[in-house]
Amino acid sequence: MEAAIIGIGMTTIEKSKIGATYADLVWEAVNKALNDAGIGIEDIDNVITTSSDFWDGRTISCMAVGDASGVRYKNCSAVEGDGTFGAAYALARTLSGDYNTTLVTAHSKGSESISSIITNAAFDPIYQRSFGLDMISASAMQARAYMHATGTTAEQLALVSCKNHKNAKDNPYAQLPMDITVEDVLNSEMIADPLHKLDCSPVSDGCCAIIIANADFVKKLNVKPVWIKGVAFCADAYFMGDRDLSKARALEEAAKKAYTMAGITNPQKEIDIAEVYDAFTYQELMWIEGLGLAEYGKAGTMLEKGMFNKDGRLPVNPSGGLLSGHPVIAAGLYRIAEVVLQLRGQAGERQVNARRGVAQGVNGLCGQSHCVWVLDKDK
Amino acid sequence: MEDIFNGIEPQVYKSQISVPYQWWAGETASKFFITLRDEKKILGKQCPQCGKVFCPPKKTCTYCYVETNEWKEVGPKGKVLTYTIVYRQLASLKKKVPVACGLIQLEGSDNAMLHYIEEIEPEKITTGMQVEAVFADEKSASIHAISHFRPVK
Repeated sequence: MEAAIIGIGMTTIEKSKIGATYADLVWEAVNKALNDAGIGIEDIDNVITTSSDFWDGRTISCMAVGDASGVRYKNCSAVEGDGTFGAAYALARTLSGDYNTTLVTAHSKGSESISSIITNAAFDPIYQRSFGLDMISASAMQARAYMHATGTTAEQLALVSCKNHKNAKDNPYAQLPMDITVEDVLNSEMIADPLHKLDCSPVSDGCCAIIIANADFVKKLNVKPVWIKGVAFCADAYFMGDRDLSKARALEEAAKKAYTMAGITNPQKEIDIAEVYDAFTYQELMWIEGLGLAEYGKAGTMLEKGMFNKDGRLPVNPSGGLLSGHPVIAAGLYRIAEVVLQLRGQAGERQVNARRGVAQGVNGLCGQSHCVWVLDKDK
Repeated sequence: MEDIFNGIEPQVYKSQISVPYQWWAGETASKFFITLRDEKKILGKQCPQCGKVFCPPKKTCTYCYVETNEWKEVGPKGKVLTYTIVYRQLASLKKKVPVACGLIQLEGSDNAMLHYIEEIEPEKITTGMQVEAVFADEKSASIHAISHFRPVK
C-alpha cells in the first residue's frame, strides 16, 4: 500500500478543557499536525472530520469544525464514530488517486454533557434503552462474560489499570498519570459489578489530527513518514443479545485482514508495539487476544509475567491508553498517533523499541465494530 | 491558549436538548408486544434458513440475511448468560440502585433478551442461573409487559 502518515497532532487530554470550544481543540491539533508534516493548509487536498452529534450536542457537528480544519472550498466528508474509521475513509480517498493528501480530525468534549445519558442513547429504543444501561453497565456485562469464559480474574483486570496509569506518567498528553496498586483498584468504588471505578476510563476532552499522503507526495517532504501496511474493519451484530459477548469475533476478522494486507503471518512475533482501545481494563486483555497477540484467555497471565509492560516483549499502551484519558471519538486516532511517534523514535520518555506496530479503534457498545491499523517504520 | 487570553474567565453557555420522539416499533415488535400484553405469551421468530429462533424477535436473520417467517412460543423460563449489578446511581438508570440487569436466553430461543433480574439478593445471581419471566400487573404493549425475571423456584 503506497500511503503514509506524514503528520500527527494531539491536544493534551484533560478532564475539562473549559477554556476551549471543540473547534478550538481541532484548530490546535490540525496546526500541530501541519507543523509536524512541515506543510501548510494549502497542501491539504481534502478533509475527513470525525465527530458525534450526540456528544457534541449539535446536529451535523462535523461542519462546526470546518473553519478549524480549513475545509472551505475543499472536499470535506464526515464520519460518525471512532477516529480510526474516519482515518480508514481518508486512506481510501488518498489511495483513490484523486488526492495527494487527506487531513483527518477527531474530537470530543465529554466534559460538556453527561456520558451516562449519551451512551444510553446507543441502545435500541424499542427493546433495550428503557432499562437504563449505559456504556459502563453494558461493558460490565461483557466483562463478566469474558471473565466467566476465560477464568480471567479481577486481579488481572486491576493489573491493566496499574500498568497503564503508570505508563501515563511518561506521557505529557495523559490525563491520569498515577501509581496505583491492585488493591487500590479492587478497593475503588464498585460502579457496575464486576467493574470498579479504576477499571473504567475517565470522561475526557481532546482532539487528534493526522495527515495521510500518497508515496509521490511523501517524496517531496523532509519528514519521517510512517507507512500504512494494513487497515481493515469489521462489525458484529448490533444487539448484544445476538453476540457472544465473551469473544471479539469482529476484531479477530479485522485483524486477520489487516495482517494479511501487511504480510504478517505471526503477529505475536512480528508486532513490536500495540496501542489498543482500553476503555475498560478487561477490554485491553480481550482486544490483545482478538488482535492475535495472545491466545484466547491467556492475556491475563501474560500481563502478570510483564510481557505487555513498557520493557516487556510486546509493550501494550505505553502511552497509558484510554484508562489514562478517554476522549471518545478521538480515542482511536490517538492510538494511531501514539504508534506513529513510537515508530519514528519520537515518543520521549515512553519510547519503546519498535519497527512495526498495531493501533485499534472501536465503535459501538461492547466492541461492536473494530478498526485495525498496521503501521511500519519502513516502506 | 495565547497570552492575550490570560486572566479571561471562561464563560459557559448552559442549555439542554429536549426533543420528543416517537419510534414506531415495527410489525415484528408490535406483534411480540401485543401478544405479551394480551396473552402473556413470549414469542420468538424463526429463520427459515438456519432455523435459529430470535427472542426478542427480529424481522431479519442476523446470520442469513433473509426474513424470519415463523412465530414460536419461547420461555417463560430461561438462563442468565451474563449480568451486571449496578451500584452507582448512573444518570441513565430509571430504578434505584442496586439494579441487576442481564442477558437472558429463553428456552427455545437462540439469542438473548436484556431484562431486569429481581426477587433475589443481587449478590446471589450467578451466570447460567435458571430464571423465569414475571408479567407486569399493569398492562402495556412494551418490553415492560414483562416486569422482570426471577430465579426458578
